[in-house]
Amino acid sequence: MPEQEAAGHQETPAQEVGDFLRRRREQIAQRWADAALFRTVFTVSREEAVEAGRAVVEALAAVAAAERVEEQEADGFAVVREQLARMAASRSRAGSTNSQISAEVDALRPAVVDLLVAELADQPAEHVRESTTALTVLMGTLRLVVLETLLSAGQELINRQHLQLLEVATPVIKLWEGIVAVPLIGTLDSARSQVVMETLLDSIVEQHARFAILDITGVPTVDSLVAQHLMKTVAAARLMGAECIVSGIRPAIAQTIVHLGIDLGSVKTRASLADALGYALRQQGAHIVPQEPHDAGSR
Amino acid sequence: MTGAFPSPYGGQVPVLRIGDVLLVTLQGDLHDGTAEQLQQDVSEAAADSRVKGVVIDLSGVEMVDSFLGRVLSDIAAKTRLLAAETVVAGMRPAVAITLVELGLTLPGLRTALSSDEALRLLGEASISPRHGRTRQESP
Amino acid sequence: MQTAGGVSACLPIHSDLDLVWVRQHVRQAAAQLGFGLVAQTKLVTAASELARNTLVHGGGGQMACAPVSRGGVPGLRLAFSDEGPGIPDLEQALRDGYTSGEGLGMGLGGARRLVHEFAIDSRPGSGTTVTVTSWVSGPPRPREEK
Repeated sequence: MPEQEAAGHQETPAQEVGDFLRRRREQIAQRWADAALFRTVFTVSREEAVEAGRAVVEALAAVAAAERVEEQEADGFAVVREQLARMAASRSRAGSTNSQISAEVDALRPAVVDLLVAELADQPAEHVRESTTALTVLMGTLRLVVLETLLSAGQELINRQHLQLLEVATPVIKLWEGIVAVPLIGTLDSARSQVVMETLLDSIVEQHARFAILDITGVPTVDSLVAQHLMKTVAAARLMGAECIVSGIRPAIAQTIVHLGIDLGSVKTRASLADALGYALRQQGAHIVPQEPHDAGSR
Repeated sequence: MTGAFPSPYGGQVPVLRIGDVLLVTLQGDLHDGTAEQLQQDVSEAAADSRVKGVVIDLSGVEMVDSFLGRVLSDIAAKTRLLAAETVVAGMRPAVAITLVELGLTLPGLRTALSSDEALRLLGEASISPRHGRTRQESP
Repeated sequence: MQTAGGVSACLPIHSDLDLVWVRQHVRQAAAQLGFGLVAQTKLVTAASELARNTLVHGGGGQMACAPVSRGGVPGLRLAFSDEGPGIPDLEQALRDGYTSGEGLGMGLGGARRLVHEFAIDSRPGSGTTVTVTSWVSGPPRPREEK
């Protein structure tokens, strides 16, 4: 049996797969256009699906030619990564789970492998095995690339939701004309303190509030970074022309603040939200008098 | 969002006189030179007796750096020597946060939410001690 | 999304008016890259401080502005350079309250607090370059660095 090669020169299996993909690009793209992944994403026209398929085949060919079939970071993928991300995102929005999408990518494989096997029909078995293995590995890498885009999109979503959660968790309440309050509940980290600060200051403008109350009754611990954020918020509110009162500093937190060596001297504090509201009302000129019992005068 | 609008303000900032109060409205992006000129103009105008307050409206200002911060502090210090009080009004949240982060809390300045409020503040301070509404309350 | 068209620029810093252009350019570039209002204001203020340093202490120079990206997070990098006398004692210059002229002594130290990354390169006699970078959504976690 002659040890001959398709084109006569010595090619690695990966390079051979690269040549094959390039040669059969059109054919593969046509087949893929009918596969679930392409068909369901590119619904406008079949030509659009074929076009997308061509781009992917082209990228795979480049990766194979560079003999980097196992590397997700191969340069060839860079060109189509965004397109793959869009396709994956589109399937994801349509309700497919990650493993379903992964299976759809995997479903692209048989069409290509069959073509390769058919082309290598008269080659020695060993050769066929090597080439198909290279192609299979390459298709596996493609699947990983798609999955990776899905996961990073997921991470982005989580980040976005985290941010939304921060905003939801920071309601600003108008207590009285010119008095707003933010009751903080749960652990304050630096990111949340930042959101609290911005939300409170914005509400000072919106509500034209001369008094802003930061109630930290529901905050279990305060570290030095958070304490600094509180002080910055108070200072910024003052620059805007509002007075910021911190209420509900529990004894344990007061202790921590002292231990941290933070001077809250410039910050107006009150034991409770009610005390803070009372203070703000009096500052606005309101008189708070307990209602007299009805029968007080008739006796 | 507001990027297109403010054009460099090369000229002079007008110092309006309303009764016994000087009203200065800053807008857009100020040249250093314009800010220094303003400082001088306000000092001169405040030197005229009967002026008991200066209101600097910053609601149209998108940025205060240490230079402009110093100009504001200096105006306040100078007018105080002339027995007038300076109130900075309408500073935007983003500007306030940035100033604090920069390390400038401008402790000597009085502030107000708007120039209306600032005018009221200045009016109150002088007219009615009878009112008895001290801003300091013992804790 | 990625219209970085008007972001890259190199602006001269030789007068008061140039400071205004620097601020406006940074404001627009930051807005274009998706910085929020507070982040924009911080960056513009830092740029103003640094540009004034370049003008006052460096005898004029320039600002180079370029979009950057790390781990998919866009950012803005500003480099202020002059050929002035340089800064003999960097530590001292960065300390709060230090001033060699006008201002409140907040120039360098203050600007550093307004950005995510701050680097200064200065040798007496051969000028100063201050490079600052801020990212759209806080400093990105240093994962997937290649």
